[in-house]
Amino acid sequence: MAWRWEFAFEILPQLLWGTLYTLMAAGIGYAIAVVVGLIFLIGQRTPIVILNRITREVVEFIRSTPLLVQLFFVFFVAPQFGIKLAAWTAAMVTIGLHYGSYLSEVYRGALEAVPKQQWEASKALNFTTIRTYGRIILPQAFPVALPGMSNYLIGIFKDTPMLATIGVVELMQSANTVGSLTYRFLEPYTMVGVIFLIISLPAAMALRKLERTVARRQGMTKE
Amino acid sequence: MVCASALAIIISLIFGLARLSKNRVVLGVAAVYIEFFRGTSLLIQLYWIYYVLPLLIDLSLDAFYAGFIALGLNFGAYGAEVVRGSIQAVPRSQWEAAKALNMPSFLQMRRIIIPQTFPHLLPPASNLLVELLKATALVSLISVTDLMFESKVFNQTYWMSLQVFGTALIIYYVLARFILTPFLRWLEILAARKVGKRIVG
Repeated sequence: MAWRWEFAFEILPQLLWGTLYTLMAAGIGYAIAVVVGLIFLIGQRTPIVILNRITREVVEFIRSTPLLVQLFFVFFVAPQFGIKLAAWTAAMVTIGLHYGSYLSEVYRGALEAVPKQQWEASKALNFTTIRTYGRIILPQAFPVALPGMSNYLIGIFKDTPMLATIGVVELMQSANTVGSLTYRFLEPYTMVGVIFLIISLPAAMALRKLERTVARRQGMTKE
Repeated sequence: MVCASALAIIISLIFGLARLSKNRVVLGVAAVYIEFFRGTSLLIQLYWIYYVLPLLIDLSLDAFYAGFIALGLNFGAYGAEVVRGSIQAVPRSQWEAAKALNMPSFLQMRRIIIPQTFPHLLPPASNLLVELLKATALVSLISVTDLMFESKVFNQTYWMSLQVFGTALIIYYVLARFILTPFLRWLEILAARKVGKRIVG
């Protein structure tokens, strides 16, 4: 089967719509994950031991099971308990929880990377907790957390094709539809690959640049 | 899983070393390969190898082989970066010392550089292996009869998704948390001790 350009151009608009939904899914998923990550982080840092343990184990569990299985679990099991989730909602919930648990580890590492003396100095200056976090700790933790955070943003983007399996109409699903309508799989799947490459490589480069800028502004030298 | 990780390890060694080569062509090929497989998602590569490759070059792969080749190529690309990083983490003075002792470059690599990479190499490599275990769930989508595929079949037969997918989740959890991770942790400790001993002795 040879490559046909006219067919490729014909299906391009449909795939670009799919791309838009893919980007949307990645964006919303990431926004949820950032918040969920914070909740997990707070759960892991509470002085209440039992809550602490439970959060740790939940994060560990989510991190060591595949996203695809979680997706199926949420999508097919929730209706059994009378919760009807649309494919989009189920997908966003799962991605938010999955990547939230990864992000909470990133946050934790970043907070632990801030030297202990910084905490002690803030205490010595009689700063309030909010001021300690807002003015001293978070500005220093942020450049450390940024590379991990941007990696997972791209990670989410690359995991969105999985959403096609529960029927979310994004890029992969549009390629599947085109393929099964026309019996031509060569062009759609190849173009999906190329579109992913076109988006993810410049995005990765832009994020690297952002990381360097932030690190420089903090007076931290990278490399 | 075992086949795919074996393939991934071999590929990451080859391309990790190629990425450090002084030869422009070798370097270019390795860079393109790594960027390509890291830039697109595994699922697309899987579909492409399984559905598109047979159309293009009349090479029809069994679903199992397509699955393990895609996994191996994808994780090989990630692994190659890990190998590169760990080799670059070996202090330059070690290379210079080996050169000063007039070691041939192969011996240099085998006796001096490679053993010292292990403590740097193993923690990210074990993360990748856990990721690989989780990624194997994807091959069910091209109808390889793995754990995930069987669960979907059960779900369609019995309509008990809570039990079926819950069990699948727990099996993956036990595999990753209580079998794979402790084993890799043990390897890391072993490697650190070995290198430590060598420096002392």
